[in-house]
Amino acid sequence: MTSHISEEQFVLFYYGESAEAAGIESHMAECEACRSEFRTLQLVLNTVDSAPVPERNGEYAKAVWHRLEKQLAGRKRRGFMQWWIWAPAMAALVLTAFLAGRWSHKNDPQVATNQQIRERILLVAVGDHLERSQMVLAELTNAADGKGKLDISGERQSAEQLLGDNRLYRQTARSTGDTAVASVLDDLERVLLEISHSPSEVSSDQLDELRQEIESRGLLFKVRVLGSQVRQEESKPVSEKEIRKL
Amino acid sequence: MEVEAGGAVERARSGDSDAFRLLVEQHSRAIFRLAFRMTGNEEDAEDVVQETFLRAYRQLDKYEARSSFSTWLYRIASNYSLDLIRMRKRHEDKRERGSSAEDRDILQSIPVDSPGPDRLLYGSQVKDRVNAALNELSAQERTAFVLRHFEGHSIQEIGEALGTGANATKHSIFRAVQKLRKSLEPLVGPA
Repeated sequence: MTSHISEEQFVLFYYGESAEAAGIESHMAECEACRSEFRTLQLVLNTVDSAPVPERNGEYAKAVWHRLEKQLAGRKRRGFMQWWIWAPAMAALVLTAFLAGRWSHKNDPQVATNQQIRERILLVAVGDHLERSQMVLAELTNAADGKGKLDISGERQSAEQLLGDNRLYRQTARSTGDTAVASVLDDLERVLLEISHSPSEVSSDQLDELRQEIESRGLLFKVRVLGSQVRQEESKPVSEKEIRKL
Repeated sequence: MEVEAGGAVERARSGDSDAFRLLVEQHSRAIFRLAFRMTGNEEDAEDVVQETFLRAYRQLDKYEARSSFSTWLYRIASNYSLDLIRMRKRHEDKRERGSSAEDRDILQSIPVDSPGPDRLLYGSQVKDRVNAALNELSAQERTAFVLRHFEGHSIQEIGEALGTGANATKHSIFRAVQKLRKSLEPLVGPA
């Protein structure tokens, strides 16, 4: 190694990840400038080690478990019939049936009724999805402000579950050319993602940030309007309905 | 320790809450240490600890014994810390819009030339300055640096854990070291 050692080579060497360690060592043995450079790097990185970490005593692990235990116990009690367990599977099933019918029997009048039934099932599923989403958004928007932290683990878990369904519905709306619905679902997905990435307990600042996210997009209003349109569509008799895109 | 944890993981997967308690007790202090170094404050670090174990509990089925349980937990904690740092940063950026640059530059407010370096090295000013320097790193740089420097993970492992790849991780670490040198070199002086 004839030229001086670069900073990047030094960093890898310091952490024992250099593929050219032997070359660097022999170069430093002869080069005072590089030896000095490496000593400075060592001093800086050794100084970083002085950053203190608050001590946690022997009881800490027990205290962590104590806090966790309550939340885990809540989770364990949730049974098979909770909606977030079966809803995504049901949504996928309904969508598959809907799309299969739409694509394979497009011009067959005999399957029109079946297709209408599928659409109705899908409308019900989308209606439920929007209603559940609306509840999560409304709970966060109306959550009481306090000085301490607010537990939003329930809303967060709901948002996580709603995300999968939302993705399916948004993709369907997009592929069937219903851009207005796709756009609302797009906005909804971003906010659901934000909620699902939030901590279980949020400070009032964090809650404000989530609220702003919801309010700046007028999302709660849009979801309400779309939900009520879907519900109206659901309530029409099948025979009166045109075959339409969602 | 890992052998014990391995058995506990299997038992926890089959619904044994005592086994999960063992895992929590075994790893919580290390996760706190990592989280504190990444987030820089106790409150966030506690949040990360809690959230890491909640996520781990929910995703126990996804854990593959190819990596050790602690590595898997570190991955969850690092990713969550990253999210938290980014969220905080966004929030602080909003708040600080409008305040002067001088107000924000904590480093400038810490004198570097009054006491001698030996005294400083063990003094609180050094610690403050190191903390301030770490706070100047981006979330990605801080995560990669903490995992390499304090936790001793290889660049390859960090790249895999963060899903960024070895090359990007290497560059995050280089940038972090460069920034730290810029901030701390006046303190330690040339060798």
